[in-house]
Amino acid sequence: MADKPLLPELMKAHGISRRGFLKYCATLTSMMALPPILAPKVAMALEGASRPSVIWLSFQECTGCTEAITRSYAPTIEDLIFNAISLDYHHTLQAASGEAAEAAREAAMEENWGNYLVIVDGSIPLANPGFSTIAGISNLEMLKQTAEGAAAIVAVGSCAAFGGIPHADPNPTGAVSVADIITDKPIINVPGCPPIPVVMTSVLAQFLAFGLDSIEVDDLGRPKAFYSETIHDRCYRRPFYDKGLFAESFDDEGAREGWCLYKLGCKGPTTKSVCATVKWNDGTSFPIQAGHPCLGCTEPDFWDNGGFYKPLSVPAGDYRKLGLAAVAGGAVLGVAGGAIARSVKSSAAAKHEPVTPDDLEKKS
Amino acid sequence: MSASLEKGLNALREQIDAPVASFFTSCVSCGICAEACLFYQETGDPKYTPIHKLEPMRRIWSNEFTLLGRAKSMLGMGRKVTEQDLADWEELVYDSCTMCGRCTLVCPVGNDITMMIRKMREGMSASGNAPEELVAGAKRHWEKGSPMGDLLPALTAHVKNVEKSTGIQVNVDKKGVDYLVILSAQEVAVYNEVIEALARILDKAGVSWTFSSEAFEGTNVGIQIGSKDLAREFVSRTVNAAEKLKVKGVISPECGHAYQALRWEGPNLIGRTYPFEVVHVIELLDRLRADGRLKTKGMDHAKLTFHDPCQINRRGGINHEPRRLLNMVADNFTETEDAGTMNWCCGGGGGVGSNESATELRLQAFQRKKRQFEAVAPEKIVTMCAYCHHILEESLEHYDMDIEVQGLTELMAEYLEDA
Amino acid sequence: MNNPYFDLLMWARGPGFDIALTIMVGGILLRLVEIFVLGRKKDLAAPKGNGVLQGLRTVFTRSVPRKGAMKEAPVTYIAGYLFHIGFFVAFLFLGAHIALIGDLIGIQWPAANKALIEIATAIAVVALIALLWTRFKDPVRRALSTFDDYLVWVLSILPLVTGYAAVNTMFGDSTLMMAIHMLSAEALMIAFPFTKLMHAVTFAVSRYYNGSIQGRKGAES
Repeated sequence: MADKPLLPELMKAHGISRRGFLKYCATLTSMMALPPILAPKVAMALEGASRPSVIWLSFQECTGCTEAITRSYAPTIEDLIFNAISLDYHHTLQAASGEAAEAAREAAMEENWGNYLVIVDGSIPLANPGFSTIAGISNLEMLKQTAEGAAAIVAVGSCAAFGGIPHADPNPTGAVSVADIITDKPIINVPGCPPIPVVMTSVLAQFLAFGLDSIEVDDLGRPKAFYSETIHDRCYRRPFYDKGLFAESFDDEGAREGWCLYKLGCKGPTTKSVCATVKWNDGTSFPIQAGHPCLGCTEPDFWDNGGFYKPLSVPAGDYRKLGLAAVAGGAVLGVAGGAIARSVKSSAAAKHEPVTPDDLEKKS
Repeated sequence: MSASLEKGLNALREQIDAPVASFFTSCVSCGICAEACLFYQETGDPKYTPIHKLEPMRRIWSNEFTLLGRAKSMLGMGRKVTEQDLADWEELVYDSCTMCGRCTLVCPVGNDITMMIRKMREGMSASGNAPEELVAGAKRHWEKGSPMGDLLPALTAHVKNVEKSTGIQVNVDKKGVDYLVILSAQEVAVYNEVIEALARILDKAGVSWTFSSEAFEGTNVGIQIGSKDLAREFVSRTVNAAEKLKVKGVISPECGHAYQALRWEGPNLIGRTYPFEVVHVIELLDRLRADGRLKTKGMDHAKLTFHDPCQINRRGGINHEPRRLLNMVADNFTETEDAGTMNWCCGGGGGVGSNESATELRLQAFQRKKRQFEAVAPEKIVTMCAYCHHILEESLEHYDMDIEVQGLTELMAEYLEDA
Repeated sequence: MNNPYFDLLMWARGPGFDIALTIMVGGILLRLVEIFVLGRKKDLAAPKGNGVLQGLRTVFTRSVPRKGAMKEAPVTYIAGYLFHIGFFVAFLFLGAHIALIGDLIGIQWPAANKALIEIATAIAVVALIALLWTRFKDPVRRALSTFDDYLVWVLSILPLVTGYAAVNTMFGDSTLMMAIHMLSAEALMIAFPFTKLMHAVTFAVSRYYNGSIQGRKGAES
């Protein structure tokens, strides 16, 4: 580790001023939802940080997460991140291929055993290990091997965190998340399809600056700093929801006026993410701002949550068929119940014996 | 044959129809019917809540007429109606309900509670839980033609007297006239002035009419006690007489439940429509007024008020007719509070007045009318039901209130134009 | 990895709703058949008024208290009105509910302002508390009350409270609250045919009967 350059040196090498570095630290601090007073601490931590080894494993995935992280805004800072760590293995980004690539991974593991960070994107197929292999090694085996010497694992993207799209019904590959396999290592889930780039980099930065323990996670292993409020609660279209103004279709007046997309199936109310505040591409926009309802991609099984365009309040099942069955059942029961009621009445009428005043007294 | 629980339950089962099932299904136990009930209002005892008076019938409906209730019964969960239940309910069904119908008009979900009380009484009487006075009355009515015994001699005497004093011929058993006049037993026995009044008015108006020696009074203990078999027999007497005499119409007397029995329940009891019209005497007088055939002279200047009989106004639809008549002959006619459709009952209807055990309760309940009369302070109370007349007089006397009570027909006759 | 809250919400939106709807629709049908199959004897008395017309009219006119009746039971009347108005405003004018109704029957209408919905909800809740209070306090209502009355009270207040909590992210996770809200509404649906909640359907039938019986006699109703 001693031979690795420290951050300030790297910065200098990349033409980043001290001022630029501090500005970056302040941004990071606010990103991580830490008080501004901690910005110097972030700077100090990063200044002192060496470049830990990072092994990035890509399993059943679409490379969207990698595509996203390369678009983390402020490119110089992205550059910084990639230099703040020693990215020793990453299919898409590394120059090496084939056996050389695998050798790099093994070497990094051996050299940093117990200290390296594993980042995973993609889910792991269990139905048949042969469904997804790298250099002849199944995803399952590679994950187990690599995780063994890891200090921690960051599951990036919903596939790695929750199984994601491969896990969607009927889940032909038997895809599972990292946490479904690895149970003896700290795992931080950074879900999203893909996750917001700066969220990924911020989590890594916090990990580097303050260590694993500084990252508070929720029940689903997601850093609370980024996954504790719903999109709905922070959505700039929320006032329209509150006013009862909804777009009913993608091309109606409401859609043009930018009204709430709840009725078009927006999952904002049940989706926890900072999409509405941090946004994407240097704070340019996010799906709802672009006019599309939130799909709820930071939540488990978002693919199977009743349909992207079905409002949350609308039943997800095929109740119409059941409704017909209910009508039929009610009719049958009604006929049965009615027949009983009728027979009680008609047998009572049959039993009726005409009464005279003498019959009005009990004679014992 | 003897009354028995099984017969009572059977009678209740017979009575449960779609409206009853709908009413019990709809009840939200809001208790508003209690606020409309004379007996609850004047005692404050929650057991007089009208819908509660139907609890045994509700239970039978729930246990036997609903699928869920039957399932519950099979699991031993539905509470059965026992001999004791019906005995306990006698007071609630007979002594503390005059079937006045106020609850029916206030129920937010529209339950006709009064109609259900009428049905409930079918089960009560068949199970031997009817008040003994009503049973005794039914026997007299069955055997002697009226709950007050054989009144024909009295009627015959009245007819003679009227003919003597007025010079008007009063027909008995005359065929082919316009109307068969029915009286209430109370009128024949006590308030017989009405005969002369009626004779004079109808004579003046040129209406031909007759009494029948076979059916001249419209009291129907069957309706009060709640026995369709008895009620059918009593109504049939009138229907048969009317058919025999081939009249165009039957005049229903100033009597609340007689009007209900003759006009509304009758055809349903005998299972066919009448070949004649039934008209309430006040309805007829109002028609004659409209036709200019009832002319009056002079005005009663005494401060008078009107008491609406429940069965004739609220449950009979005769509301404006008596008022139009009163305004012809009275220039100081003051209504009591709630007069008209929501008038309070005298406390004696529905058979309550004849139940010894109800006397105290009935007089307590009368305090509502007492307060209302006190507020108006009339010299005279006019009504159009002989039984209300009787109960009013009795209750006023009980409370030492010196107010005259008079039947409307009689009042009209007093101001009849003689020329 | 699963989110149990989400699974609960999906169960509520899926099988839970299906079960509730089936029981409610089938149950209402059963109860109505049970009523109508008993029939009603033809009234042979010569009518004095139009029973059918007055029956239909009474379905609406009985919504207005008779003169002087209000002051006899002010809590029941006023809280009764407020509850029904509040409940139906909240139920019929929240956008999410309109989306549901639209999906069910294909008819939609404009949604109301959240503030209005919340005021309506608060009014309905306060009214329900007042109604419970009078049920405990007033001897008539206390004597009339059965398990059914208290059950229906609980089932009526739950969707209001949980709905408010779900919309305002109160009492914890919004997904969980939404699921609980849906489940509470489904409990109400399941209980509907078998409790006094049926009055929401049969009130019209009863009022019709009442009005038609009175109307034939030419009497008021």
